[in-house]
Amino acid sequence: MKEKEEQFSFTSDNLRKAKKSIEMYPKGREGSAVMPLLYLVQEQCGWVPESAMRYVADMLHIPHIRVYEVANFYTMYNLKPVGKYLIQICRTTPCWLCNSEEVLNTFKKKLGINIGETTKDNLFTLKEVECLGACVNAPVVQINNDFYENLTPEKVENIIAELSSK
Amino acid sequence: MWSLQRMLRQPLSRALALSPSRLAPLTARKFADQVQAQPDNVELFIDDKPVSVPPGTTVLQAAAQIGVEIPRFCYHERLAVAGNCRMCLVEVEKSPKPIAACAMPVMKGMRVKTNSDLTRKAREGVMEFLLVNHPLDCPICDQGGECDLQDQSMAFGSDKSRFTDIHFSGKRAVEDKDVGPLIKTIMTRCIHCTRCIRFASEVAGVDDFGTTGRGTDMQVGTYVEKMFLSELSGNIIDLCPVGALTSKPYSFAARPWETRRIDSVDVLDPLGSNIVVATRTNEVLRILPRTNEEINEEWLSDKSRFACDGLKRQRLVTPMIADSRGNLTPVEWEEAIVAAARALRDCPPNKLLAVAGELADAESLVALKDLVNRLGSENACTEQYFPLEGAGTDLRSSYVLNTKIANVEDADFVLLIGTNVRFEAPLLNARIRKAFIHKETDIASIGPKVDLTYEYIHVGDSASIVKDFATGSSSHEALKRLESAKRPVVIIGADQLKTPEGPALLAYTQELALRLQDKLADKEWKVLNVLQRTASQVAALDIGYTPGVGKYLQDGPKVVFLLGADAGVVTREALPKDCVVIYQGHHGDAGAAIADIVLPGAAYTEKRGTFVNAEGRAQQTLPAVTPPGKAREDWKIIREFQIPRFCAAWIQRLPATRLMSSVHLVGGRPMLRLPVRGAIPAFLGTPTSILSPNYVPDCHSSFATR
Repeated sequence: MKEKEEQFSFTSDNLRKAKKSIEMYPKGREGSAVMPLLYLVQEQCGWVPESAMRYVADMLHIPHIRVYEVANFYTMYNLKPVGKYLIQICRTTPCWLCNSEEVLNTFKKKLGINIGETTKDNLFTLKEVECLGACVNAPVVQINNDFYENLTPEKVENIIAELSSK
Repeated sequence: MWSLQRMLRQPLSRALALSPSRLAPLTARKFADQVQAQPDNVELFIDDKPVSVPPGTTVLQAAAQIGVEIPRFCYHERLAVAGNCRMCLVEVEKSPKPIAACAMPVMKGMRVKTNSDLTRKAREGVMEFLLVNHPLDCPICDQGGECDLQDQSMAFGSDKSRFTDIHFSGKRAVEDKDVGPLIKTIMTRCIHCTRCIRFASEVAGVDDFGTTGRGTDMQVGTYVEKMFLSELSGNIIDLCPVGALTSKPYSFAARPWETRRIDSVDVLDPLGSNIVVATRTNEVLRILPRTNEEINEEWLSDKSRFACDGLKRQRLVTPMIADSRGNLTPVEWEEAIVAAARALRDCPPNKLLAVAGELADAESLVALKDLVNRLGSENACTEQYFPLEGAGTDLRSSYVLNTKIANVEDADFVLLIGTNVRFEAPLLNARIRKAFIHKETDIASIGPKVDLTYEYIHVGDSASIVKDFATGSSSHEALKRLESAKRPVVIIGADQLKTPEGPALLAYTQELALRLQDKLADKEWKVLNVLQRTASQVAALDIGYTPGVGKYLQDGPKVVFLLGADAGVVTREALPKDCVVIYQGHHGDAGAAIADIVLPGAAYTEKRGTFVNAEGRAQQTLPAVTPPGKAREDWKIIREFQIPRFCAAWIQRLPATRLMSSVHLVGGRPMLRLPVRGAIPAFLGTPTSILSPNYVPDCHSSFATR
């Protein structure tokens, strides 16, 4: 998908939240608010475009590269556009022992995409992540802000069907 | 911008507070208010040798004090401590793990072992990891021969490789970055020491470099393609411990062991940075900085570093005389000298004008002034103007940087008047930035609002502000700060004095500086600074040249002698039609284009010449290569007009040192003393000057037949 190069700006609601985050830090240390602000960007756009990184940098009065560095370092910032549903499949040992690979393969087969790809209808993006902290109900998948636990290939098919029809 | 720079100030000064002794210039003066109660020294043992250092010193620095060298890649004494390469790991008794010496402060009774089995094993391990991700392309790498990684892998690395990944996942490779025409990047070679990143953000003040990605995907770069727009960018080539950042113009040109290195002095800005000229087969290949704590530390501005390619192009290689159609035609030295001498001889003294250019050395300046004076004229001037109202150039303190470059670091308030220090003297600007970051110095500027890489109080861009400051009628914050400062510095740009209000501007600046000076508790501290634009100006004013050509041009000179005057202040249009222009210099530029007689001189890499920098420091360049073609050292050409013929031949046989050690500073002013004057052996007969009417040209004794 082509990355859109348009000027980013916060919605008034997010701007208010951003100001609040900035206020949490002492004067002259506004740069510390870079992570909450990038997260706000991601909430607003679904991903973090380059123009938004510059917007955040200018807002915090820090050099652009310092924001690029942060956004690049953390894997939870999406640097490319993602589909409506971001499917994050846990691949860490407990999930893997409970057959997360099967879950992953079902997603791949049903959606016809590989890890890191987005379906043509822009609905689903597949991503592999490390431990989601719900090992007790492994295997686990996080779709947007919801956890889906104790998964089996059949459950995965139901989830996909349910989300596609929404 | 405000908070951006503020933010950099605190963590940096904290990081660098670890190394107070390395930060201060060697000649740093201790000021009354700076003397603090010294905490007791800490004693520790490095390789069983006792060493006593102030608390806060790092193990690496303590080791350096007793001559124990600890290998390092990321640590650099002029940059903040990063501690990420791990090469400086050393064993410390009672510590379960080896510690990074560059970041570890000393502790009482510490027993450091820099040559134990554990230390050696740690170093070997670090080297192995670095080499796993480093290509084996030393044979085609420009850093080869001066590479820290190469040297340290020889000294501390393993004798064999255990790298087998090449058959499975292959070797790590990173895409090269494009950061402009001066710096070549081969990022696969990068070992992530982050020296370039720290240099860019701390010293250059251009925060463009950073690391992106993490782990094995980590890359050093600008993320978005961007040119490294800094006037100090070339320094990251020297800082890079491997071949990731190399010089683009110098790429694949030579190996360090093939080059001859000659210590010299830069003339392309007024600071006179110390340089090393690397040559091979009579060709200047590159220019590197040479450490001088009082001038350039160990940096060099890009202009000084990369301008050396111009030494090979558009050179004047033979004497030339304009023929009947006005075309310059190559001639022999004798012919050109005689033609020039005749023109000089036939010229009425008041119609003679000598103009010294930006790159003239003190020897040729003295020789030229002597010549002009001997012909009965006083018309010797420089291209760069300086107001002569008031004390003019009678007092040396009214046209040099009195504070001295290194001492600017100790200033607590700097006022810049009409100067963009960043481009006029990049390394002075780096000093001001250093003071700004590490010593809480604040800066104000009167003049156009430009990016100086640090934040400053912009007072305005009207010259009248200086008057208000001088009379004390201004209520601006900057004036209050200036008046309450203990070590204020006022720097005025000499270029600003060319304007019609120049004399007033200078007078008010002097008044302001004097007013500030009188109030200072520290009588040693100097407030007033004039930043000249060119390398020759201070020496020329010392010798007694008149700054600026304006007045003399109006008199309609008959003969104009241009000594490297290429700034374009003397044009054909401004001269009478029958005026003879003699140009002596090394490049075919504006001066040679209007000349009737061209005498090819030597560039700064080709002669031994004295240059006096903006702070009044006399330094000498050394010849690294011979002048091209028939070009000659400048002072010798000018002396030819004065010296009787046989003496010229005699001069040739004298060792150069007998003649050329002869610029002496007499009362702060360079004077050229030639042993030939009045020392002519009787058997040689009565000398005939080339200027005397009965002189007959004699090609056989010509000094030009080298």
